[in-house]
Amino acid sequence: MTQETLSDWVRKLRAREISSRELTRLYLDRIERLDADLNSFVTVTAESALEQADAADARLAKGEEAPLLGVPVAQKDIFCTRGVRTACGSRMLDPFVSPYDATVVERMHAAGAVMLGKTNMDEFAMGSSNETSFYGPVRNPWDTARVPGGSSGGSAAAVGARLAPGATGTDTGGSIRQPAAFCGITGLKPTYGRVSRYGMIAFASSLDQGGPMAASAEDCGHMLNAMAGFDERDSTSLERPAEDFTAALDADLTGLRIGLPQEFFGEGLDDGIRAALDEAIRVLRERGAEIREVSLPNSHLSVPAYYVVAPAEASSNLSRFDGVRYGYRCEDPQDLLDLYTRSRGEGFGAEVKRRIMVGTHVLSAGYYDAYYLKAQKVRRVIADDFRRVFADVDLLLGPTTPELPFELGAKSADPVKMYLSDIYTIAANLAGLPAMSLPAGEVQGLPVGLQLIGNYFDEARMIGVAHQFQQETDWHARVPSAFA
Amino acid sequence: MSVDTEHVQRIAELSRLAMDDDQAREFAGGLSDIFDFVEQLDGADIEGVEPMAHPMDAAQRLRPDAVTEPDRRDDYQAIAPAVEGGLYLVPRVIE
Amino acid sequence: MEWETVIGLEIHAQLNTVSKIFSGAPTAYGAEPNRQACPVDLGMPGVLPVLNRGVVERAVMLGLALDAEVAGRSVFARKNYFYPDLPKGYQISQFELPIVASGHLDIELEDGSTKRIGVTRAHLEEDAGKSLHEGFEAMTGIDLNRAGTPLVEIVSEPDLRSAKEAVAYMKKLHSLVRYLDICDGNMQEGSFRCDANVSIRPKGQAEFGTRAELKNLNSFRFVERAINFEIERQIDVIEGGGRVVQETRLYDPDRDETRSMRTKEEANDYRYFPDPDLLPVEVDQDFIEEIRGRLPELPDAKRERFVREYELPEYDAGVLTATREMGDFYEAVVRGCNAPKLAANWVMGEFSAALNRSEVELAEAPVDAGALAGLLARIQDETISGKIAKEVFEAMWNGEGDADSVIEAKGLKQITDTGAIDAIIDEVIANNPKQLEQYKGGKDKLFGFFVGQVMKATQGKANPAQVNERLKERLDQA
Repeated sequence: MTQETLSDWVRKLRAREISSRELTRLYLDRIERLDADLNSFVTVTAESALEQADAADARLAKGEEAPLLGVPVAQKDIFCTRGVRTACGSRMLDPFVSPYDATVVERMHAAGAVMLGKTNMDEFAMGSSNETSFYGPVRNPWDTARVPGGSSGGSAAAVGARLAPGATGTDTGGSIRQPAAFCGITGLKPTYGRVSRYGMIAFASSLDQGGPMAASAEDCGHMLNAMAGFDERDSTSLERPAEDFTAALDADLTGLRIGLPQEFFGEGLDDGIRAALDEAIRVLRERGAEIREVSLPNSHLSVPAYYVVAPAEASSNLSRFDGVRYGYRCEDPQDLLDLYTRSRGEGFGAEVKRRIMVGTHVLSAGYYDAYYLKAQKVRRVIADDFRRVFADVDLLLGPTTPELPFELGAKSADPVKMYLSDIYTIAANLAGLPAMSLPAGEVQGLPVGLQLIGNYFDEARMIGVAHQFQQETDWHARVPSAFA
Repeated sequence: MSVDTEHVQRIAELSRLAMDDDQAREFAGGLSDIFDFVEQLDGADIEGVEPMAHPMDAAQRLRPDAVTEPDRRDDYQAIAPAVEGGLYLVPRVIE
Repeated sequence: MEWETVIGLEIHAQLNTVSKIFSGAPTAYGAEPNRQACPVDLGMPGVLPVLNRGVVERAVMLGLALDAEVAGRSVFARKNYFYPDLPKGYQISQFELPIVASGHLDIELEDGSTKRIGVTRAHLEEDAGKSLHEGFEAMTGIDLNRAGTPLVEIVSEPDLRSAKEAVAYMKKLHSLVRYLDICDGNMQEGSFRCDANVSIRPKGQAEFGTRAELKNLNSFRFVERAINFEIERQIDVIEGGGRVVQETRLYDPDRDETRSMRTKEEANDYRYFPDPDLLPVEVDQDFIEEIRGRLPELPDAKRERFVREYELPEYDAGVLTATREMGDFYEAVVRGCNAPKLAANWVMGEFSAALNRSEVELAEAPVDAGALAGLLARIQDETISGKIAKEVFEAMWNGEGDADSVIEAKGLKQITDTGAIDAIIDEVIANNPKQLEQYKGGKDKLFGFFVGQVMKATQGKANPAQVNERLKERLDQA
C-alpha cells in the first residue's frame, strides 16, 4: 500500500475501490506508528480528518468530481488553518490558533482534500535542514541521522516515508526543492504568483511561493490544479485563466531543447550526484531531447543577493510579532520596550534573530544603497540571464543540491555554509521562475534530486517532461526500507 | 564587513530583540561572515540596471471600495494575550 | 533685528471611502473599539493588503484640483518602527514615488491680493490606531479601528510667511477637499489634521533657519496660535544667544505653548523599502481623464462664474463659494426665484445669521433652498415687502410652513388694490389737516410723515412704491 501514489489514490477513490475514510485511517495509522522517528508532523488532526473524509465519501457517492476528492494530504504549518494551531515552527506562534484559512487551505478543501495535520518546518521557513524548528528537528526517512532538508522538511519527510500521499510546501530559496531532493520525492515551486500567498505566513514576500510535494510529477500536477489560481486577496496573484497542470503528461520529448547551465556543474558538486545526473540526461536524450550547454554568468551572485533581499523583507514581515495581539508574550513585562524585546527575544530562535538583524542592518540608514539597492539590481541581472537563455532552450536541467543529505548538526555552527546548500535553487526564486526537483538516483543509499527550471508559466510542460522521465525510471517510486 | 558587539546591540535594539553582551558576541561572528559573504555583490556589473523589486512587471490591481469584512472581534481577541473592554492591553505608554 | 517667518504645512486628510485603504473593513467613525479591525488591519500572520480603488480616485482628483502632476507610476513603501498602535510594525506609505507632485494652491491675502503656495507632493498612506490611557491602571488600551484608514498627506513648499497665511492656506485646502468630496473635513474627529514646520531667519537672508515641527494642530485657531507662539519662542532663543534645535514640538492648547517631544524622536531609523506585497500603482491617461470628467467645479472657477453670471461683487462671490454646499444652495435659490442679487443678500444675510444663531449645518437648516426661493419670489412679485419678508422667514425657520402659508395665515399679503389704498390715504389726509396745510405750504419733508401714517394704518402691508405714487396724487388733489 505504500506503492500507491496520490494519483493512484485519486483513481481508486473515483472508482470506489477504497473509501476516503479507509484511506485517511490508513495514513493516520502510519503517522501514529512511524512518525516518532521522524517528527514530521507537529499537529495531527485525526478527528477532523475523518469528518472531512466522510464528507468526501458522501460527495464521491453522489458522483461529484473534484481534483483531490477524498485524498488525504498534509499542510505545512506555515499555512493558516482556521481553528487549528498554526505555529510556523516557532515558539512565537505556538499559542496561535488561526481565525482564518489560507487561500491554499480553502482551495484544497474545496477540491475535496482531507487534511491529516500540519507538518514541521524550519522556524518561519528560515533554514535548509529543519533544525531550527521550535518543535525539534525532523529526520530524514532514508537515514534518521541525517537532515530532511528545509524549510519544508516535515512535508518532505512525511511524503518520503509515505505518511501522506502529498503535502504542501513553500519555497523562498529552495525550501520545496531541496527537501524534496533530500527525501527522494518530487516537489514543485510554481511561477511566482501562481499560488496565493494569502494566509501563508510571509518570510520574504517577493520570493515566497507555495507548491506541491508528492511522490511523482503527476501527483504534483493534481495538487497544483487544486492549489493554484487567481486570488483577489493577494495583490501579487497572477490573473490568468485556470489551467490543467496534468495536460501535458503525454509530452513527446523529441526535439525538446534542454539547457545545462555550466555553472551548475562546476566545482563543489558531489561526484555521485554528477554521475546520477549524467545518467538522467542520457535517458532524456534517448527519448529525443536535445541537450545543450548554456551559461548563466551571474548565477554565482544569486546566494549573496538572496541573503540581502530575503532578510530585508523578513525583518519587516516579522515585526508584527510583538506580543500584543496574538502569539507569545513574555511574562510580566516591565514596560513597552521590555514587552517588545523580551517577547521577541524569547519567542524567536537564533536563526530567525540572525536574519532579522541582517535585514535590519541592510535596510538601515547608510547601508541601503550598498546592500539592498545593489541586490535588487543584481536580481534583475540574474533574471535577465534566464530570459536570454530561454530564447534558446525550453527547460533548464541541473542538480537540485550540491551534495547529499548531511548529518544533523553538520552545518549548524556556520550560517554561510548552510546558506550555500541552496546555491542551485535560489536563482529561480529571484527570477520568479517555476522549478521542480525530482528523484534521479541514489548514492550511498541516499536520494539524488534533479532540478528542472522552466520559463514563466511553463509548469505543465515541466510536469510533462518529469512525468515522461518517471515513466522510464523508478526513483520516485522507491520508499526507504524502514517505512516500506 | 566585520561587526562588533556594539553594532549588534544597535541593530538588535532597532529590531526590538532583547540581547545581552554574551549573545551579542555570539551573533557578531556569524553576522560578520554573512556581511563578508554578501560583499561579493560589489563585483557585480550593474551599471545602469534598474532595481527589481518584484519578479513580475505587473501593476497593482485595485479593489472596489466596498465593506466586505464582518465584525469578528470576539474571534480575533480570543487569541490575544491581554484584552479588556475590547481593547488590546500593553504596559502604559508614556507620551 | 527684523525676522522673517518661514512655514511649510503637512496636512493629513482622511479620505472618505467606505472601506479601508488595504482591507474591506469599514471606516465609519465612532464604532466600539476594534469592531472595525479585520485581520489585515490587525497585522495578523499571512494576510495581505489590496489597494482600494476609491483611494486612488480621490488622490487623482486632488492632484488635478491642485494643478499638479499625477504620477503614472507610484510606489508604496514600508516605514518600519515599533509602536502599539501600528500593528504590523510598519506603516505602508508612499515615499520616493508619491502619486501627486508639484502642484499649487492660490490663497487670498488680507489686502485682497493673491499668493501662490507650492504643493511639493501629496502621497497616500494608512492611518495608525489609537492608544487610550484612561481607565486602566499602568496599562494602555489599543483600539485599531482607525488603523488602515486612508490618508493623503499634502506637503506644502515653505512658501508661507505668517500664521495668517498658514491659516488661509489650510482653510483653502479644507474647502478644496470638501468641494472634491474626498474628505469630510471634520477636524474634531481628526479627519483633517495639520503639522507645521516653522523657522525664522533674518529678513533678507536666503537660506532657511533651523525648523521645528509642530504637531497636534487640530483647529484653525490652534494653528494660528501655535505658530505665533513658536515664532516668538524662536526669536527669544536666538536673541538670547541660543540656537534653535531641529525637533518635534507638541502644541498644548490649554497652556497655549509648544513643548519639545524629545522622547519619541530618539534614534529613529525607518528603513524605508518598497512594500513587496504591493505592486506599483499605475494611473494611465484614460483613468485620469475619467476622473477629470467627474471633477466638480472648483472654488476659484465658481467664484469667477458667480461674478460673471450673477453680476455679484467679488466679496459676495467669495463668501457664497466658500463651501461647495453654500454655492450649491445659493444657486438652487437663484433657480427658484430668478433674482441673483436678492438671493445673495438673503443667503449671506438673514439665512446665514439664522444658521449661526441656531448652530445648525447648512444641510440641516429648517428652511431649504426651495422654501427660501419661494419667499424671495413673493418679494419679487410684490406680494410682500422686504421688511415683512423677514417676519415671514422667521416663521418659516420656526417651522410654521412655507412662505405662502405663513403669509396667508398671518394675513401679511401686501395691499395692492388702488381703491383700498386710496381710501386709507384719504382717511390719513382727513385726520391730519394741520400737516396737510403745512405740506401745501411748501414743507415737502412732510411727505414722509404721510407715507409713515399710511404704512402704519396698513400694518406695513401696503406696497411702498404704490403708496408713494398714490399719496403724491391725492395730496396734490387735496
